[in-house]
Amino acid sequence: MEVLIAQAAEVDAGDTAWMLTATALVLLMTIGLGLFYSGLVRAKNTLNTYMMCVAAIAVATITWALVGYSLAFDGTGDLVGGLGNAFLKDVGLEPRDGTTIPHLLFMAFQATFCIITVALISGAVVERMRFSAFLLFAGLWSVVVYAVLAHWAFGGGWLIERGTLDFAGGVPVEMGSGFSALAAALVVGARKDYGRQALLPHNAVYVLLGAGLLWFGWFGFNGGSGFNTGTNSVLAFTNTLLCPAACVATWMVLDAVRGRKVTAIGAATAIITGCVLITPAGGFVSPAWAIALGVGGALPCYALVAWRPRTRVDETLDVLAVHGLAGFIGILFIGFFAQVGWNGISDGWAYGNASQLGDQALAALAAPLYAFGMTYILLRIIGALMPLRSSEREEAVGMDVVYHGEEAYVTGEGAILVTPEADVDEDVPVAQPT
Amino acid sequence: MKLVIGIVRPEKANDVLEALYRAEVRGLSISRVQGHGGELDRVETYRGTTVKMGLADKVRFEIAVSDPFVQPTIDALCEGGRTGEVGDGKILVVPLERVVRIRTGETDDLAVTPVGA
Repeated sequence: MEVLIAQAAEVDAGDTAWMLTATALVLLMTIGLGLFYSGLVRAKNTLNTYMMCVAAIAVATITWALVGYSLAFDGTGDLVGGLGNAFLKDVGLEPRDGTTIPHLLFMAFQATFCIITVALISGAVVERMRFSAFLLFAGLWSVVVYAVLAHWAFGGGWLIERGTLDFAGGVPVEMGSGFSALAAALVVGARKDYGRQALLPHNAVYVLLGAGLLWFGWFGFNGGSGFNTGTNSVLAFTNTLLCPAACVATWMVLDAVRGRKVTAIGAATAIITGCVLITPAGGFVSPAWAIALGVGGALPCYALVAWRPRTRVDETLDVLAVHGLAGFIGILFIGFFAQVGWNGISDGWAYGNASQLGDQALAALAAPLYAFGMTYILLRIIGALMPLRSSEREEAVGMDVVYHGEEAYVTGEGAILVTPEADVDEDVPVAQPT
Repeated sequence: MKLVIGIVRPEKANDVLEALYRAEVRGLSISRVQGHGGELDRVETYRGTTVKMGLADKVRFEIAVSDPFVQPTIDALCEGGRTGEVGDGKILVVPLERVVRIRTGETDDLAVTPVGA
């Protein structure tokens, strides 16, 4: 009977209006992420870091439209979808199965998820990876890793079929990016000055503003993942306010206890950690448990952020701690504290349904393994075709000048206008003053 | 007593500081400067406006030292600042007429000798 209703569903104006808005909100997150990341790097790498996020929008949107969407959402294959929607074939204005929004809008909303996930991984390799190598990696990763994980968790793959709950992307987005970031950092290698010099964030205000834009966009990310204006969406939306707030409060206490000072960059990190924690669980746990998740989840993530720089692994912007680990915790949290009274689907272990925890644990095991393994192999292959990283000299000069021919904080002093007819060759020594 | 001025690449400034520290040269000022010394120009483009950046960012060290410390200071600047490519910078050594430490009123060699050295 339910199936019949779903098939007969028509496009709902209210749901469509909200999902159009949510799609735009999630796209804004990638721009916010660029600002967040570029504030965390040194001034000479500002634009390159930002451009990795901007490029992710371009590259991942195209790969998504060509094959990514189809592999993720066409059919119910265990491991990967079909090619029936490749090149957006049959993706039209009729309602997408199981929703009341147009299929085309559903595709666009999911595209913004693929985009931000690709952009997230750049945090592991900023300040040294070659831009062209990153572009190739971004395109391939969006298909080989993201589309597959999205199929498992959302698109009819083996996880969702066996009942694993993932509201807004703990599997493909958070664990997918976090554990891929670890692999990327290991393959690409540390920055040349890592561990020798203090490599400090160059603009903490960018970091705060970027985190704020991410949080703002996350209301569309979590609030839109019910694809409607119904109860799960409202629950997820509200939990996206509660959980990060609790996480920031906890993070500030941890900062104060550890270093006697409450840091701004710590608070910005906590906003994102809190949003990630609630991403998988948003539509499944009560508001009270969302607050508990923000408090409890902050502890291990804080510890990993504090510990990682003491290792030799230059996973530069801590994607593993803030996304991988937080997503892992969020996925498991559903298994413990989901409540059918709130989500209408399933209880967790604490409410008498231990099997849900098993399904969640399976996802928490499989997604990191697949993301780490495939990313490792993918980067090894790309590395065999082209150098993955810049030379030491280029790293010293900074990625902005090397790859983009621009600087973030250019003054214009000493800049000589080159007129088109002057036909200047690059890298020619100028005449000495006589 | 000399004022040693070293103009080096910004990315080598930390190496220079380390070398100076090892040479036991304490007490210095640095500033960010822009200059040109015959290195290749960078060509940059800002939305259709193409420019040659005639000035490169440098870090300028100013170190006032007593005579026995002049050579170690120069050696440290060279060791820390050298990459071997055009644009490594210059060291200028100029005589100092007088130095006064503001806190105590000590002058000359006493004033350029760091506290506790």
